[in-house]
Amino acid sequence: MTETVTVRVQRYRPEEDQEPWAQSFEVPYSEDLSILDALNQIKDQQDPTLSHRWSCRMAICGSCGVMINGEPRLACKTFLRDYRGKDALEVRALDNFPIERDLVSDISGFIDHLETVQPWLIRSDEQPVSAGAYRQTPEQMQRYAAFSQCINCGLCYAACPQFGRDPAFLGPAALTLAQRYNLDSRDEGASQRMNWLNAEAGVWSCTFVGYCSQVCPKDVDPAAAINQGKVASDINYAVNLFNILRGKDDA
Amino acid sequence: MNAGDAPDIRALQADIVIVGGGGAGLRAAIAAAEANPQLDILLLSKVYPMRSHTVAAEGGCAGVIQLHDSLDAHFDDTVSGGDWLCDQDVVDYFVHHATEENLRLEHWGCPWSRKADGSINVRAFGGMKIERTWFAADKTGFHILHTLFQTSLKYPSIRRCDEYFCTDLLLEDGACAGVQAIDMRNGTHTLIAASAVILATGGAARVYRYNTNGGIVTGDGMALAYRQGVALRDMEFVQYHPTGLPGSGILITEAARGEGGVLTNSDGYRYLQDYGLGPETPLGEACNKYMELGPRDRLSQAFWHEAKAGRALATSRGEAVNLDLRHLGEARINERLPFIRDLARTYVNVDAVHEPIPVRPTAHYTMGGIQTDRHTATALPGLFAVGECASVGLHGANRLGSNSLAELSVFGRVAGEQAAARASQGPAVDPRRLLARAQDNAAGWESLREARGGEHLATIRDEMARAMEDGAGIFRLPGQMQQTCAKIAELKGRYRELGLVDRSRVFNTEWLNAIELGNLLDVAEAMAHAALARKESRGSHQRIEDFPERDDAQFLRHSLVYRAADTPRLDWQDVVITRSQPAERHYGAAGQQESKP
Ligand SMILES: Cc1cc2nc3c(=O)[nH]c(=O)nc-3n(C[C@H](O)[C@H](O)[C@H](O)COP(=O)(O)OP(=O)(O)OC[C@H]3O[C@@H](n4cnc5c(N)ncnc54)[C@H](O)[C@@H]3O)c2cc1C
Ligand code: SF4
Ligand code: FES
Repeated sequence: MTETVTVRVQRYRPEEDQEPWAQSFEVPYSEDLSILDALNQIKDQQDPTLSHRWSCRMAICGSCGVMINGEPRLACKTFLRDYRGKDALEVRALDNFPIERDLVSDISGFIDHLETVQPWLIRSDEQPVSAGAYRQTPEQMQRYAAFSQCINCGLCYAACPQFGRDPAFLGPAALTLAQRYNLDSRDEGASQRMNWLNAEAGVWSCTFVGYCSQVCPKDVDPAAAINQGKVASDINYAVNLFNILRGKDDA
Repeated sequence: MNAGDAPDIRALQADIVIVGGGGAGLRAAIAAAEANPQLDILLLSKVYPMRSHTVAAEGGCAGVIQLHDSLDAHFDDTVSGGDWLCDQDVVDYFVHHATEENLRLEHWGCPWSRKADGSINVRAFGGMKIERTWFAADKTGFHILHTLFQTSLKYPSIRRCDEYFCTDLLLEDGACAGVQAIDMRNGTHTLIAASAVILATGGAARVYRYNTNGGIVTGDGMALAYRQGVALRDMEFVQYHPTGLPGSGILITEAARGEGGVLTNSDGYRYLQDYGLGPETPLGEACNKYMELGPRDRLSQAFWHEAKAGRALATSRGEAVNLDLRHLGEARINERLPFIRDLARTYVNVDAVHEPIPVRPTAHYTMGGIQTDRHTATALPGLFAVGECASVGLHGANRLGSNSLAELSVFGRVAGEQAAARASQGPAVDPRRLLARAQDNAAGWESLREARGGEHLATIRDEMARAMEDGAGIFRLPGQMQQTCAKIAELKGRYRELGLVDRSRVFNTEWLNAIELGNLLDVAEAMAHAALARKESRGSHQRIEDFPERDDAQFLRHSLVYRAADTPRLDWQDVVITRSQPAERHYGAAGQQESKP
């Protein structure tokens, strides 16, 4: 007999269900099977009504974030083998987001936050393309490299207690994205972005739990980005104060 | 809506609608916004733009930048790589604009990998004589896509409809006048009137079983155009990538070979030297157009022969050969190929620093697509197509790696500007005039959602994917090609008897997958019939048993497939040849001989 694994999957169909509920499926065990493969097998062979998001199946498109045994994870980068011998394997929609249906969360608020932080290169003197590439050494690139690896999967939001309490909090990935541009030697937009970083929903809302960095599947380390943002925001605050004291109003 | 009523339709209006938020769609949106900031641009995508499959491109993006390189050299590599089926005016335009577009991406923040002095670095890529592949480590597509998405947010005139699934093109007076889509959150049928529509929906390699493509890459745009009588061109040309992971098909980028990785068979022998790609190059010294850096079609074909001769490795995930990177050392692997190391570890449990990675060819890229002219216009006025869904004439019978990412920017920009020019002139389309047609369409999709036949979605999909691999794969063998055509026809019949279970309107992925399957079947049909009609071997289309040679007298022509009631109608179009006459494709030492004056 082939070994099977029981997967408990959260179901929620807004047209019929008052509350989310759990449905169990038996999936044949194999060493290579990711949780995403398991969900796709269930959909193909057992219950076509199961809805979940996925595309690349190689941990780069950021679609497939779910809670697996209570932890935010990418379904395509988590394997049945990691749960072998455990009592249960439970898959739910991401915490801290409204559920649209089954494993599909409404992430529109998170996407709005990403858009808020002006995540594009800002320069006072836009060079024409004919002038060639801006020079940037590997060392300069290194300063923001990790922060540019974010796949917008939202796992860090599911891990963030502050975002759970207050969905207006810009949250780990958006603040990291701001920092990604602030640290880019080609960018001159840090002072514009400071408005967002300093605002109530910005870096100071973070209570520094650090769980966001633990769950990040791309080693982006959003907690470090937020911390650096706090330092920058502090300096900005001090500079503003200094300028105000000196009577400069362009502070 | 009550049973029997016409379905409710939400009507929107825009000046330009762009279907697809991948590299091509985003670049087009930005170009249109810059061309005329007054235009209302609506970007519609069935996934959030950064999920588009451009995100998965690893290796790099072409553009001449080194002093000892030239546009002519890029032109020659592209045209010979495409086995002379490229339109040479298009290739000329492309090589002239690729570098400029890469620079523009740089100015928008794309973190291209650099040399120590801070200037742009380039790497070697298969079929390219000189290094001209810009890269952002081994996540080039990811960085391009996120840069374009983030930059697009700067333009207030670009609105988005994320997670809208486009189901139909809407026509009025013989011109494209908008699109229709399902809002995936609630199933609402939405019509968007616009005087210019750009399709940028990506490729279709999901018609094959083993492929490097994401689940969303289902040829939707190709099917949308095909159903409106627009030709699909050169559909028989499908590129197999020589190095996918066995089982899943996940891509191991060609850059792994560009950086010096080698392929060995079960005897540990670098077998490519037996297939006209030698002599063997020294370990770790990749040499342009030799051995592992030969073009993809040749490498995939070599695998097929090795496997047939019993020299492939048997792995638990099927037959494979070894891609050996060990001699590159940990530091270089971490710097240049960090994602590859991670992928191999995660998906086949191999650390590339210590063990070779098992690989095999998998379906990767559709050279063909919606026929357009060199300005990205289709034969249907108002409809433009760009990116992998289109056939602008650049890739011919075999695409060179790193040309397609550059294509997204070069022709994405053209499409955006062309659409802007049309929308700036034309009167706006009144959505009310499209309503009746939209209601008819919606009624059709509603009856699919309620379908109660006996056929099973996943079964039809799997049978299609297997048939395509059998009859339209690396080698196309006589009897099998006919069988595949017959099989696709059978499956199209059975598709009409589909039974669906999910009746919901909220994020009903069974319903959407069923629509995608209908699209895949149309695309598969076009591919299989074009393959059958092309009675020669050229580029990725190889008929080693019945027509092993290239036949310029008859087939130096693009194939065109038109939809028809039973079997599709085939036609042919001349290739534009300006200055490079067809010659033999030589790689390895033979190529060296030939390029000597
Ligand atoms: C794994 C991999 C690696 C690659 N590496 C390289 C490389 O190194 N260099 C290179 O040059 N090329 C590479 N390629 C090829 C290249 O990446 C693709 O050809 C290119 O990214 C396609 O871009 P696109 O914008 O045309 O389509 P995509 O990025 O696929 O975007 C398609 C868009 O259309 C939308 N869409 C599709 N159908 C619908 C619908 N019905 N309704 C609404 N929206 C829809 C999707 O949501 C998506 O936003 C690679 C390809 C793969 C698969
Ligand atoms: S920071 Fe990490 S966890 Fe958060 S969205 Fe980005 S990739 Fe995902
Ligand atoms: S499917 Fe793309 S990240 Fe998991």
